[in-house]
Amino acid sequence: MLSNVRTLWMVFLKMFKKKVTIQYPEKKAYLPPRWRGRIILSRDPDHNERCVACYLCAAACPVDCISLQATEDENGRRYPEFFRINFSRCIFCGLCEDACPTYAIQLTPDFEMGEYNRQNLVYEKEDLLIDGMGKYHGYSFYQQAGVAVGVKPKGGGEKEDPPVDVRTLLP
Amino acid sequence: MNEIWMQILVIVGVLLGTVTIAAGLIYVERKMLAVWQQRSGPNRVGPFGIFQVLADMVKIFFKEDWIPPFVDKKIFIIAPTIIMLSILMSFAIVPFAPGIVIADLNIGLLFFLAMSSLGAYTIVLAGWASNNKYSLLGGMRGAAQLISYEVFMGLSLMGVVIQVGSFNMTDIVNAQKGMWFVVPQFVGFVTFLIAGIAETHRLPFDLPESESELIAGFHSEYSGMKFGMFFVGEYLGITLVSCMITILFFGGWLGPSFLPPIVWFLIKMFAFILFFILLRASLARPRYDQLMGFGWKLLLPLTLLNVLITGAVVLSNA
Amino acid sequence: MAKVIIDNVEYEVPDGKNMLEVCLSLGMDLTYFCWHPAMHSVGACRQCAVIQYRDENDTRGKIVMSCMLDANDGTRISLKDQRGAEFRAGNIEALMINHPHDCPVCDEGGECHLQDMTVMSGHNYRRYRFNKRTHVNQDLGPFIYHEMNRCIQCYRCVRFYNDYAGGKDFGVFASSGRVYFGRSESGTLENEFSGNLVEICPTGVFTDKTLRKHYTRKWDLTSAPSICHQCSVGCNTLASERYGGLRRILSRYNGDVNGYFLCDRGRFGYEYVNDEKRLTKAAQKATADTDAFTTVKNLVASGTKMIGIGSPRASLESNFMLKQLVGEENFYQGIPRHEAQLTETAFNLLRTVGVKTPSLKEVESYDTVFILGEDVTNTAPMIALGLRQAAKNLPREEAYKLRIQKWNDAAIREVVQERTGPFYLATPCSTKLDEIATSKYYGDTDSLLSLSDKIIAAIAGRQGGNDEAWSFAGEVAQALKASKHPLIVSGTGMMSREILLAAAGIARALKAGGSDVGLTFAVPEVNSMGLALIGGKYWDEAVEYVAANKDVTAIVMETNPVYRFGAKQAESFLKNCGKVVMLDSLENESTEYADFVLPAGTFAESTGTVINNEGRAQRFYQVFAPKNEMKSSWAWLDMMAHNSEKWRHFDDIVEDMIAHYPILEKIRDLAPTADSRVGTQKIPRATHRFSGRTAMNANVSVHEPKPPVDEDTPLSYTMEGYHGKAPSKAIPYFWSPGWNSLQSINKYQIEVGGPLHGGNPGIRLIEPDGAEGGDFNASGNGRNAGKTFEVLPAHHIFGGDELSAKSAPLATRIPDTAVSVSTTALEKAGMAGADRLQINYNGDNLSFKIKIDNSLPDNVLMLPKGFNGTQGMLFPFFTDISKEGE
Repeated sequence: MLSNVRTLWMVFLKMFKKKVTIQYPEKKAYLPPRWRGRIILSRDPDHNERCVACYLCAAACPVDCISLQATEDENGRRYPEFFRINFSRCIFCGLCEDACPTYAIQLTPDFEMGEYNRQNLVYEKEDLLIDGMGKYHGYSFYQQAGVAVGVKPKGGGEKEDPPVDVRTLLP
Repeated sequence: MNEIWMQILVIVGVLLGTVTIAAGLIYVERKMLAVWQQRSGPNRVGPFGIFQVLADMVKIFFKEDWIPPFVDKKIFIIAPTIIMLSILMSFAIVPFAPGIVIADLNIGLLFFLAMSSLGAYTIVLAGWASNNKYSLLGGMRGAAQLISYEVFMGLSLMGVVIQVGSFNMTDIVNAQKGMWFVVPQFVGFVTFLIAGIAETHRLPFDLPESESELIAGFHSEYSGMKFGMFFVGEYLGITLVSCMITILFFGGWLGPSFLPPIVWFLIKMFAFILFFILLRASLARPRYDQLMGFGWKLLLPLTLLNVLITGAVVLSNA
Repeated sequence: MAKVIIDNVEYEVPDGKNMLEVCLSLGMDLTYFCWHPAMHSVGACRQCAVIQYRDENDTRGKIVMSCMLDANDGTRISLKDQRGAEFRAGNIEALMINHPHDCPVCDEGGECHLQDMTVMSGHNYRRYRFNKRTHVNQDLGPFIYHEMNRCIQCYRCVRFYNDYAGGKDFGVFASSGRVYFGRSESGTLENEFSGNLVEICPTGVFTDKTLRKHYTRKWDLTSAPSICHQCSVGCNTLASERYGGLRRILSRYNGDVNGYFLCDRGRFGYEYVNDEKRLTKAAQKATADTDAFTTVKNLVASGTKMIGIGSPRASLESNFMLKQLVGEENFYQGIPRHEAQLTETAFNLLRTVGVKTPSLKEVESYDTVFILGEDVTNTAPMIALGLRQAAKNLPREEAYKLRIQKWNDAAIREVVQERTGPFYLATPCSTKLDEIATSKYYGDTDSLLSLSDKIIAAIAGRQGGNDEAWSFAGEVAQALKASKHPLIVSGTGMMSREILLAAAGIARALKAGGSDVGLTFAVPEVNSMGLALIGGKYWDEAVEYVAANKDVTAIVMETNPVYRFGAKQAESFLKNCGKVVMLDSLENESTEYADFVLPAGTFAESTGTVINNEGRAQRFYQVFAPKNEMKSSWAWLDMMAHNSEKWRHFDDIVEDMIAHYPILEKIRDLAPTADSRVGTQKIPRATHRFSGRTAMNANVSVHEPKPPVDEDTPLSYTMEGYHGKAPSKAIPYFWSPGWNSLQSINKYQIEVGGPLHGGNPGIRLIEPDGAEGGDFNASGNGRNAGKTFEVLPAHHIFGGDELSAKSAPLATRIPDTAVSVSTTALEKAGMAGADRLQINYNGDNLSFKIKIDNSLPDNVLMLPKGFNGTQGMLFPFFTDISKEGE
């Protein structure tokens, strides 16, 4: 009971404190770099799409608002044929970013996505893909992976030995 | 002839005044909640956002008044009007200042208690007519809560009545010329305050609607102006309970004569309205069993004790 | 029964098992790689280590490989012991040292046995920070994608490809850390069962190249239990869809039929479902009238003269509904009289010979095999795979005599080596199974018939001459008589009724000698047996009927007359009809003659029942609800018959059919009815991790459409429903917690490799009814009408089936149309060295490229059936050969 009275008093005293409200949109708030806002697809250091269409973001999405289809170029390098996010469903939870093994999908400090027409909230790959590497610089998935797919010679990636000679029987 | 005009003027004045205050509370509540939460509150429509009231009213009048197909239509429509009616009726016995009262009944206090009991119907009927399990749960909670707290709401006032020896509101105010009843009847004041919050099902006793578990409870299915009636009804309830506290425990219009009596009355009344808002800003909603336990196991014995002691003191003085 | 103790709990288990099988059968989770329920143990991967104790007082125990540990009475092991768990986690860490960080771009990801086992072992953090070994990949042809870096050296692939499926062009190379699984040089994997490497490989070394073209993770696929429509065996498959396209076929375990495997035609021949030439809406030829179907319905309602052409590739229900619509006397089978009589003969023989027809699984249990006239590798590939296992049964007996356990694969192979059991072939030319044959005989139809007469005589104990045929017959007869379980295999491949009768005659003769003989026939198409059961007049009669009657409306269902009967005959038939209503899935040579075209669903868009070569009725389910007008043929026909907007429920049609065909009584229990539920829920076709639900249609409209409702089956098209283990008759996908790969089948079986919980799906309708009658004295002498050559059909696994031949991945595997002939025959005709020859068919001179096959008798030519240029040919026929243009 007394604690309730104390609460009342403390809340009452808030009357004399400075307001914390920022008068958006006249004043913009500071958004930290890891703010979970509008989702983008980034590119790797070679300016290729980072997304390898592994479907993990779609699987992680709790509202199932990511849909894509994998395809590959003539070298077998996989990329999404289409990549669609329905932002009218997105809850900006960031699980897609957590799930992404290639740093391709990233959430950015931008939330100003209001639209008068819901259909405009459906973003395709062209709307999502940016020119840069986003938050994570220098990472290239295909340098770490075992597949070559035209990005490197077989065995030419980081921490890889050159391909073995299968014709030898020497120990 | 003049008296009749005067009477009509008072009636119209009270009606307009109370409804205006209730509407204005929309703004006041939002602004005060913001102040106590270190926010700005409405500040876009007009200076200091003062026209937010108008904007809200325009909005609520033009909203689609949707009656779901599964409801009990007649009762669904009647329910929200009950609360408006019963509370507005209660205002008839409120003496705002000497002579400014619609009906200075002998049994004014009993009339207030009778009218406030009717308020329970609005919740029960709305909850039932909505034909929705959350609404029904809200309605049931409301019924139990209102009945429980009504018991000692009446009893908490009995101390005042015993001291005054009358149910007439003007008499009660006049009896406080020496000392406001808040001093001798402090326990009665506290219990009436709590019961008053419970009767208006304001936070922290808003269990019938509790957003988080019953998604607005008894008025889940209401929209447009029907919802607006619940809304205004709630603010009218706050105003009424504040008036009653002012009259019963804080000497009504009495006060130093540099201000007219009606101003004193309004100052006291608004102080309590603000207190109601402060409660909302600071306290969390108790669990349902805590609410019932608090009422029956603590407040009821306390009021009974208060009546007993007051009776004994009055008897011994006599 | 043996009593074993696992973690201090006693279990009764069957004899002759190893402890890994026992643990898995009991539903325990134990990691393994090299063991496979169909290929048993070699103890190579060291992953199934457990602690074995001498007795209850032994607290130290020792680490053993459970797959190499006999489940004897009193065997006491622990799975929970910390040291065993650490060993398994450590072992997997070692196996993973060179495994690349490929999962995001690996097609196995999400259904990877290696992923599952890694998680199960508890090894979840990779400490290895040094260089990884890499390999160069090979191009293994249009079916299999090779990514050798991912290999964990479990040896399952070579064991399957070489030892189980008899492949010759695959192997293991190099040594120590460089071990390499592949071909000696890049090139197409030639074996017909190469696709199983996708399922056999516990990780992503071998993945499905056709899936890769439109890759989708397992969890995103909408799958339904289906039946392979590409041959008569009726293998159980899982067909999977995403975004309205069929993505892949996997084998669906059925302990009575295909077990764990599928042939490449079945696995990769599905792409025609996604073909651009698919018919998608009801259309009318003359006008662009969009409401063509109403016109068709009005035409039907007007009481016009109608005939119906049924099809052996359409379901029982579709053929039945067509027969109902046009009336008993107006229903024609969409196959020529000769072919129809063949399947009717096969159908009748299965009932009247009085000999057991084994299921595909049972085929593996026979020890002596005689194949008469059939190239099973190409007409019914999975039977060939079964026969390859059967051929190892007798040599294995020797290993068992050495007290080697049945599951001890490596030891058994040491004993067996390359030996194969008594296995005899009598065919027109060499076939792939020759390589395991004890002895073989090549001849034309007549000599094969006289050979079988000799075999029957030899079985009866009579002796004949000393020529090659008699000595072969004697050898075969002796082996068959000596065998406990001899199996006679034949089929409609030679298009000869007499061959079927002869095979039945041999089986009957053995049966008369008290032998437990089996008789199995391959028939042409998926529902050939079903069509024979439904019955009806023959195509030839339909041609005569429309020639004699004007203004006949022909409803041609899932039959492409040009393909089946040749352009000439088809054209005259279609032009003689007043109106042609064609129900088919693909636009083809015939649809341009049709006045109305209705888009029929393939197996992916329709539900139905088919009967396989052994008389087993099996249900296939619609995989997805197409966003166009494609629907099951029976649904179209039912709407026509009742002039309604909506078809009757599938179950009502099945009931109706049972009322007309009491022999089908049993198919009522074939599958759960549409209103059956697991608890209160339907069985979902989509997995519980199905993704993209709120975005996949968002490009069309952000307002999400109502999901399609399946009123015909107990399955739902969405992820809503019961996500536990589905009843065995309707398993849309295999999944169990912790077991995302197909290896989760273990959890669906009563014991590993055994029947599914709730019984294997499918019901045998045709059993020997004891009414042993019929005339088996087959002889066809003197049919050649003075011509030199008998032309027999050559079957080809790729291209021999109308629909799968249109699948792009098969295109490079389909050989050119060429006539097979032996060098000596060419020399005799004075055409040595020629590269084309001309034959005479029905008065037409046709020229073909020559393919030399010296195993062919000098009086036999073989032409691929159903290929470009041979479509509609009625085999066998007789001809002389000449140089092109003569």
